[in-house]
Amino acid sequence: MTAYGATMSLTPTLEAVNLACGYDAREVLHGIDLTLRAGEFLGVIGPNGSGKSTLIKALTGALPLLRGEVRLAGRRLPDYAPREQARIMAVVPQVSVPVFAFTVREMVEMGRHPHLGRFGTLGAADHAAVDEALALTDTAALSQRAIDQLSSGELQRVTIARALAQQPRVLLLDEPTAHLDIGHQLDIFELLTRLSREQGLAVLCVSHDLNLAAEYCARLVLFSVGTIAASGTAGEVVTEANLQTVYGTLVRVEANPYSGQPLVLHSRAPRLDEEEG
Amino acid sequence: MVARRAWPILLILGVLLLCSVVISAGIGAVWIHPAEVARVVWKHLGGLVNVPATSDVIIWDLRLPRIALALLVGAALAVAGALMQSLFHNPMADPYVVGVSSGAAFGAVVSVACGLQAVSWGALNITSLLAFGCGLAATFLVYGLSRRAGRVPVGTLLLTGIAIGGLMQAVTSFLLLQQGHSEMREVMAWLMGSMANRGWSHVLTLLPYTVAGMGIALFLQRELNILALGDETAHHLGVNVERTRLLLLFTATLLAAAAVAMSGIIAFVGLIIPHLMRLLIGPNHRRLLPACLLAGGLLLVWADVLARTLIPSGELPIGIVTSVLGCPFFLYLLHRREGKTF
Repeated sequence: MTAYGATMSLTPTLEAVNLACGYDAREVLHGIDLTLRAGEFLGVIGPNGSGKSTLIKALTGALPLLRGEVRLAGRRLPDYAPREQARIMAVVPQVSVPVFAFTVREMVEMGRHPHLGRFGTLGAADHAAVDEALALTDTAALSQRAIDQLSSGELQRVTIARALAQQPRVLLLDEPTAHLDIGHQLDIFELLTRLSREQGLAVLCVSHDLNLAAEYCARLVLFSVGTIAASGTAGEVVTEANLQTVYGTLVRVEANPYSGQPLVLHSRAPRLDEEEG
Repeated sequence: MVARRAWPILLILGVLLLCSVVISAGIGAVWIHPAEVARVVWKHLGGLVNVPATSDVIIWDLRLPRIALALLVGAALAVAGALMQSLFHNPMADPYVVGVSSGAAFGAVVSVACGLQAVSWGALNITSLLAFGCGLAATFLVYGLSRRAGRVPVGTLLLTGIAIGGLMQAVTSFLLLQQGHSEMREVMAWLMGSMANRGWSHVLTLLPYTVAGMGIALFLQRELNILALGDETAHHLGVNVERTRLLLLFTATLLAAAAVAMSGIIAFVGLIIPHLMRLLIGPNHRRLLPACLLAGGLLLVWADVLARTLIPSGELPIGIVTSVLGCPFFLYLLHRREGKTF
């Protein structure tokens, strides 16, 4: 905290302080402290129901807080007008089946909404941002297709393109690779790494894929029933002890021969005798 | 997927609507040539032409006002339907989904039950005023009952609408059963929708609501597109979801309630026209809203022609015509689009 304010990159772009929230009376997150800085790629992992998606809802103001607060670029979240917030923070939610058949380009153009005036139409800068977002996510060739004709992996990439078209400083993603094949999974994580390094984008990515998260995210946070069980580098968080406690299943963690990062291996449900051998 | 053909389609719809107004004004007990219709309109627009007095009366005083009213009612209901479908992210929503029609029916029956139906000022008689007021009140009751901790979940709104609608229908039916035969016929005719005996004053009463409603809808067309993707996505894209939704819900209700007050309850227009227009020009509201306006007007102008000519000795309620036309067409659309989205 001594260096606070000394360098811009150390100022948290997004910060949660003692954040608690839930649905009706049921508290799901119990006092979370979290910081996300410019240029950082943070992975959030944890079992089903541990509060990862709820975290995203709380960080974006979609769910009212019971305690604590969220600060975006130093200001409390409720002090932002919705459009102002959307110019700084973009979200890629889990994909859902589209109800209306907008074209891919129309969908990505909606990402420009927070930048447009009341009667504004898309200008040259807006079209450039849309083109760039389409190119980055490898969806330019789909731009005239209807979104109800896409595979779920294509729809996922289009959703990421829409968020990038917002030109945010903070990007939150809820399982962005859930429906992607391994090639596109790597593409998306490479893209997120590049955006955080080259453009200083602060990225928070919820992922079920422990190995991808361990490989790409400089810092990981492990959630367990609404609290943070561990946080730190992949080597510190993705350990056999941590995963067995939080997930309640036996796994082996070895070093990835290519990168040296932790690699989680699992076999069929282990029996006790096998465990001994 | 067919977005690039949008402007020609809008142009064709506009031309069709204009031709339909002129041709439909000629149709009736006395056939009047479109050229003569055009001369009558020209005369009333200040042109120096001579037209026979009978044609003038039939066209300008009897037929054109109800055609204009049918056009406005159809436009208002179709636009209201498009708004509701975006708000509820559901192509099955219609303008009456949150209780406008059941509220309006209740108001109309109350006015007849109290024997007040003969009281009127110009286009506004007690029946249409009460229908308008109760339609709006029902919507706000439903909205208020759905509100929890400052938020109004879409699913709750929809189900509350169904519950309140059911209750009001029960009360309406009870009141209806207490009426004499002639009063009952009168209310039933209104409940089925009718353009009979409507004059220019009705048109001028409805016009400002339609213009204002369409204006607000076009003003918020970008938000309508984004809201159609779901409330949470809309929040992430910078839309003030609760406030925008309340404004749009109010706009759609005002359009529907004003239309219902002038013509009674007309089914299917608000459901079918937005569907059909989405198939033709896609879901983008910048093109969808003008298309709904034109096509809604077009449908009701011709439905009214059928309503006033099908039975030689009298008139069919226009709501029966739209339902009989609409139902099979709607089923056809459903089966055609099986497993796809709209």
